[in-house]
Amino acid sequence: MIELDKVCKTFYLGDQSVHALDSVSLHINQGEYISVMGPSGSGKSTLLNMLGLLDQIDSGRYCLDTVDTTTLSEPERAATRSEKIGFVFQAYHLIPRLSARENIELPMMLVGVPPKERRHLAEQAMTRLGIADRADHLPRQLSGGQRQRVALARAIVRRPKLLLADEPTGNLDSRSGAEVIDLIEELNSEGITLLVVTHDPQLGSRAHRKITMVDGRIASDSSGE
Amino acid sequence: MRSWDLVLFSLQSLIRYRFRSAMVLLAIGLGVAAVVVLTALGDGARRYVMDEFSFLGKDILAVLPGRNETTGGLPPVTGVAARDITLDEAYLLKQRLPAVLDVAPMVVGSAEVSYQDRAREVLVLGSTGSLLDIRQLSLAQGRNFTASDIRDSSEECLIGETLRDELFGASAKVIGENLRIADYRCHVIGVLAGRGDAMGTDLSDAVLIPVAAAQRIFNTQGLFRLVVRLAPGLSVERSTALILAAMTQFHQGEEDVTVVSPDAMLSSFDQVLGVMTLGVGLIASVSLLVAGVLVMNIALISVGQRTDEIGLLKALGASTAQVAKIFLLESVISSFIGAALGLLLALIILILATQILPGLTLRPPLWAPLVAVGIAIAAGLVFAWLPVKKATALAPIQALQKG
Repeated sequence: MIELDKVCKTFYLGDQSVHALDSVSLHINQGEYISVMGPSGSGKSTLLNMLGLLDQIDSGRYCLDTVDTTTLSEPERAATRSEKIGFVFQAYHLIPRLSARENIELPMMLVGVPPKERRHLAEQAMTRLGIADRADHLPRQLSGGQRQRVALARAIVRRPKLLLADEPTGNLDSRSGAEVIDLIEELNSEGITLLVVTHDPQLGSRAHRKITMVDGRIASDSSGE
Repeated sequence: MRSWDLVLFSLQSLIRYRFRSAMVLLAIGLGVAAVVVLTALGDGARRYVMDEFSFLGKDILAVLPGRNETTGGLPPVTGVAARDITLDEAYLLKQRLPAVLDVAPMVVGSAEVSYQDRAREVLVLGSTGSLLDIRQLSLAQGRNFTASDIRDSSEECLIGETLRDELFGASAKVIGENLRIADYRCHVIGVLAGRGDAMGTDLSDAVLIPVAAAQRIFNTQGLFRLVVRLAPGLSVERSTALILAAMTQFHQGEEDVTVVSPDAMLSSFDQVLGVMTLGVGLIASVSLLVAGVLVMNIALISVGQRTDEIGLLKALGASTAQVAKIFLLESVISSFIGAALGLLLALIILILATQILPGLTLRPPLWAPLVAVGIAIAAGLVFAWLPVKKATALAPIQALQKG
């Protein structure tokens, strides 16, 4: 499903260049559960951002579903994100002025799903994630765990093939963190491809395939061992 | 994205970011209101002055004693004439020149008018029945002078409404009552309606008597001025020349009168006041520009604060164009609402001002609200476009991490 071939990404901080991704090649199959670990600055978040088309690679090739994403135009990349990729971030990134339901409906609104259908799908997702009674609350009225579940509902409401989670439990206490992880893993068991970037060794070890990055390179990959 | 969703999304952000929206609406609203109110004031002043002069009409000339070297300027207030314009000359002008349809000689002075034990110092205007036609004055009560002879000095007078109220009381019967003006006695035959004012003379507190009587009271042969109504057909220039020639002939070849055409005065006033309105409009535009800069600052801050939202929308599948559309629409909607509120505010101010200054018709020229609203929306668009363009140019993840 995902094919990375010698992908490079360099950031420039002042006159210093940082090789966030240094010729990374990676193959991921549909339905895999992968954790990416590594020290800060090892390039694990950059890897996730590249996979999520949130940034452009400098060189190399990234094929998603046999489509070479480097050849896509900006609107096509946006459409690909909309159709195939869901994101969960450490900081939730909910829009503060929108209620939980409106946040969840947002990706559907952007592609023009009719309001009735939108509402129905959002209800479904909220019921599934146990936040149906919080539908009309604003993010600031929700606990961290509830916020992350709203973000998760928003990520999966378009039924993406790929779920990318960047430190999804980083801001949560251990109990709500565990609950969110349970939900994410449940989604994976239903066929979604799951890639989790984390510092937490305990969370990382739960994945079926564990990748460790150091200095922009893949230092170890449990499937390759 | 459905257009209705787009509008709702923009409205939602306007409603839920109350303070920021209020600031934008205030800035734009005040800017628009300033433009409309200021141009309305400028234009109202222009119209007021034009109305003041319009009693003269296009076919009316004023003949003044004294030579005024500059034609088309303001007439001299007191003629330093070598020779007076006399009543006979006025009579002859009307008789001999076919270009002259009618004349209204004017003698002006101030005298004490008394009725029984009440007395009041007022403007005494000596003229003939023609004055009412020429100056388009109307009567509230009674009748005009009827004598056909310009030299008539029958003991009749017309009084203004203020004078009537002061001397007789508002409800008293006044027609036929006797008045004393200095040592001249006359009986009231009519009451002038309204202020009838023009160029600062308030005829509501004045008494109008036959010109010959006024000459006796003020002991003068000369006229303050002679108002002439032209016969249709001849051009104003030609008629002016004819009148000037006739007056010169009366004065033994001395060209010592000035003929003023109100048209010339009007056009120069119109020009001056038009420039003034434009100037006021420009001043008002500066306030709109200031409003635009305010909007830009707010847009800059708000887009700055919402860069993460831009990143998020992109992460959720919105293209750069779509994000720009969302933010620009929001700006246009707020500019539009602000402009509408501004127009409403201007309307309220103008209605209140009209009540305070009843003499002034305060209506903005048609271009003012159109230009004001246009500039407001354009400013909203342009000043929102710059920060939005900057934010949307970032990769989604960079925008997302800026929040």
